[in-house]
Amino acid sequence: MAAKLAFIFFSMILTNNYVLVKFLGICPFLGVSKKLDSAVGMSAAVTFVMVVATLATWPVYTYLLEPNGLSYLQTIVFILIIAVLVQLLETVMKKFMPPLYRALGIYLPLITTNCTILGVTILNLDNGYNYLESIVCALGAGLGFMLSMVLFSGVRKRLEDAQPPKAFEGLPITLVAASIVSLSFTGFGGLVETIFGM
Amino acid sequence: MEKKQSKLSIVTNGLLHENPNLRLVLGTCPTLAITTSVFNSIGMGLAATFVLIFSNMAISACRKIIPDKVRIPAFITIIAGFVTVVMMLVQAFVQPLYQALGVYLPLIVVNCIILGRAEMFASKNGVLDSALDGLGMGIGFTLTLTAMGFIRELLGAGTLFGIQILPDAVEPMAILASPPGGFFVFGVLMALAIMLDEKQGRKVDADPEKIGCAGCPNSKNCHGEGGCE
Repeated sequence: MAAKLAFIFFSMILTNNYVLVKFLGICPFLGVSKKLDSAVGMSAAVTFVMVVATLATWPVYTYLLEPNGLSYLQTIVFILIIAVLVQLLETVMKKFMPPLYRALGIYLPLITTNCTILGVTILNLDNGYNYLESIVCALGAGLGFMLSMVLFSGVRKRLEDAQPPKAFEGLPITLVAASIVSLSFTGFGGLVETIFGM
Repeated sequence: MEKKQSKLSIVTNGLLHENPNLRLVLGTCPTLAITTSVFNSIGMGLAATFVLIFSNMAISACRKIIPDKVRIPAFITIIAGFVTVVMMLVQAFVQPLYQALGVYLPLIVVNCIILGRAEMFASKNGVLDSALDGLGMGIGFTLTLTAMGFIRELLGAGTLFGIQILPDAVEPMAILASPPGGFFVFGVLMALAIMLDEKQGRKVDADPEKIGCAGCPNSKNCHGEGGCE
């Protein structure tokens, strides 16, 4: 059991990294990774919402939608839950945790339309994970997101001094750099499986 | 945006000058994720076009009723409704595509192209114009996806639509079909689109990254200075 949890956790960070391998959440990856502190803030907010969203959507699907033959409503229900949750978190944080709100608050409205959140909640159910496994998976996915954001913000700092051909200036060269970072992550392929003997 | 746009220019706008992927930098996730084959690219493009046209029309029709404050949740709910319709249709009639697209099909809901167009165009324009805008954007999206899929499938696997094209003597560059290749091909295509646009004498914004922020549905919340930077 513990081995399986650890396997899910580490494979979400390294081999199944959401940004670099599964291509979820590319928009914030390209948009917010310019500075290290905003990269950390954004990914902390994403991790937090991912876990909370999984906490909420898994029971709703398993105990409410599926037994009643409503699983086709999954997309609508999940996106509404996520939208409401984000709004709720923002309000609660603003009232009770002002320092946390100052750190993460500006990233929260961006998160509703972030495909990693909806992605992780749906993929957890597609993979048939139980409640605990889903939560661990969400946590791993969030930390994997953070890892790639932090790594890439370092790469982008160097990129600012580079002088690419004119047409490549700005985003195109950033994408080519992302390609190389993603290449380094393919090197982890098989690593987690070998360690945990899965 | 000028008030009097011809109907044709609304459609053609989405093809190159305001191409949703290459110039507005919206909807990057599906562009990178499912373009490993031409078949998947076209399927994804058509599914998104369908959602774009209908959600644009519905949002445009309701634009005077929806209060400004709950605008985004209302838009998302409308979009999610159409995405569910598409999912059920694809599952019923094109099973292989349903398997191939997997989680990216429900994720059309959070595709920023659709919410972005709802916010930028449909909430300000009439029903017919919005439908045309959805059509143009959808075609632009499909074309970009198909181009990506064409390059990645032909060079990465040596096939098109699953049929072998390149002779065995040519070793396929498997890297192009894998995730790093997706980023790379997308970067090169984007640079090409910028070059083409410049050749046509269109004014190119000095910082292409700003366009992405303007297209972001939350740009009103961050006023172009918050989380997007």
